Amino acid sequence: MSATSISKESLKAIMQSKETVVSKGAAMADTEKVEIATVANPAAAKKMTKKTSALLSNKPSKRKAQIYSVLNVVLPPVFGILLLLAVWTLISHQTPSLPGPLKTWHSAVELFSDPFYNHGPNDQGVGWNILASLQRVALGFGLAALVGIPLGFIIGRFEFMSRMTSPIISLLRPVSPLAWLPIGLLVFKAANPAAIWVIFISAIWPMIINTSVGVSKVPQDYMNVAKVLNLSEWKIVTKILFPFVLPYMMTGVRLSIGVAWLVIVAAEMLTGGVGIGFWVWDEWNNLNVEHIIIAIFVVGIVGLLLEYALTQIAKKFSYE
Amino acid sequence: MEKILSQEKINLDKANADRYVQLENVDMTFSTKKGDFNALKNINLSIKEGEFISIIGHSGCGKSTVLNLIAGLTQPTEGLLFCAGREIAGPGPERAVVFQNHSLLPWLTCYENVYLAVERVFGASAEKPESKAKLKARADAALELVGLTHANDKRPNEISGGMKQRVGIARALAMEPKVLLLDEPFGALDALTRANLQDELMKIMAKSGCTAVMVTHDVDEAILLSDRVVMMTNGPSAGIGEILEVKLARPRARLDLAEDKDYNHLRSEVLRFLYERHAKKAA
Repeated sequence: MSATSISKESLKAIMQSKETVVSKGAAMADTEKVEIATVANPAAAKKMTKKTSALLSNKPSKRKAQIYSVLNVVLPPVFGILLLLAVWTLISHQTPSLPGPLKTWHSAVELFSDPFYNHGPNDQGVGWNILASLQRVALGFGLAALVGIPLGFIIGRFEFMSRMTSPIISLLRPVSPLAWLPIGLLVFKAANPAAIWVIFISAIWPMIINTSVGVSKVPQDYMNVAKVLNLSEWKIVTKILFPFVLPYMMTGVRLSIGVAWLVIVAAEMLTGGVGIGFWVWDEWNNLNVEHIIIAIFVVGIVGLLLEYALTQIAKKFSYE
Repeated sequence: MEKILSQEKINLDKANADRYVQLENVDMTFSTKKGDFNALKNINLSIKEGEFISIIGHSGCGKSTVLNLIAGLTQPTEGLLFCAGREIAGPGPERAVVFQNHSLLPWLTCYENVYLAVERVFGASAEKPESKAKLKARADAALELVGLTHANDKRPNEISGGMKQRVGIARALAMEPKVLLLDEPFGALDALTRANLQDELMKIMAKSGCTAVMVTHDVDEAILLSDRVVMMTNGPSAGIGEILEVKLARPRARLDLAEDKDYNHLRSEVLRFLYERHAKKAA
């Protein structure tokens, strides 16, 4: 087996080397022809080179290489997913109450055929639930960005502020997000603002920390430029600090949205209402395990999409 | 009476021109974790208006510190610095700096980098801010001076090291500074590019006639460009060892100088100072 594979490989190598020799020869011939032809007629020269190169390029092997590279990209993830499905099927055979992939798929098809029905506050389509969760995340996360990013700038710019806030941040940052829920309920006396509050407090830290780290890392050279040019504080912020900090900030934003989406499910399980987290809890009470599994996938996919969107935005703003 | 007064004024102006930039008993001590470090001791130097001065010395002798002091980026622990008769209190656009690593802002194009400087100096002055068109003309002229009009819209990471340094020079010159400060401007460039830029800088300086202080560790560069070469002793507590007058006629041509007797004499003077009398122990 191994012997054949080696011989195959070496054959390929030989073929490739031959090809390169051939194509080199072709290239030389091309240039010669071009030189001759340009004297006579430049347009004809172009045509001729095209023709010769088309004749000499080896098409089938090129296509083969393309197929290989595509398979290389596509196959591993497919194998991964198949493995997941296999393990899932195996476990579902051991535990009869856990639905297998096929059963879940049928249930999902049924569920997503009508995602936007509304039968009262406790029975709404999965689409409404996702949207309700997204809205909460957007509110909590938006407020966190509104507070956290400027705060990060101030902390990074002024040593005093950094030292003043560092004990508070170190103390509060490791606290589990849900520990803030009772405080929210107490202060706002309603479930929805409390859930938003939990998102806010858990999403704010990465933005504060990353922004302030970015600001404190602005090279002294740039600040010297600002000093020599005698730039105003406004120009320093807009022309030097902000563009430099933007990539750091975007990393913070991405981490934050990840945390926010992570936390929303847990928060909604506790607060109730409409939302993907509450929906999971509701389906658990109904013992509709298929829907719980679907919810897990939905949460994962939406999180993935949020992350992807923000990465794209970050790429757009990067100056490199 | 009036005549005497005006004569006095002329004398005063002349004296000011002779001491356009002045360092008086400047001491610089940095406080580090291992205690105080006395970098510079008792520096006295007068620079004439329009003069090109090079500061040369082994690395770590405080050359750049002298430059930063003149730029106003650092304040001396003792002593006084003056520029055009006024004490240097902080950095300002009348003393433009060309940084060693060019320090262009990577998110701005070459043009925008230069415009940022021009805008601040000429567009925001309280008396009569210039129009946008005028500012643009200034930025364009500066880039044309260094021969980079074609790179106007390129970002710094899209051009070569030599071009970046040229944009840095254009940015500094666009501010029409009284004094141009160059901190090892060509240190990071290859020998060929460096030679080209030195020749260009010579032409530019001849055109603009502005006073310049350059820090370098390149003996040839120092002699080729300067009217005087300030040689510094080794730190700590570095000082000015000797000042060498370079009385070579301008414009100077690199190739002719290579065989020039005076040039080679000056060159060996500097080398003797650096490697015989103030040789740096191997670190």
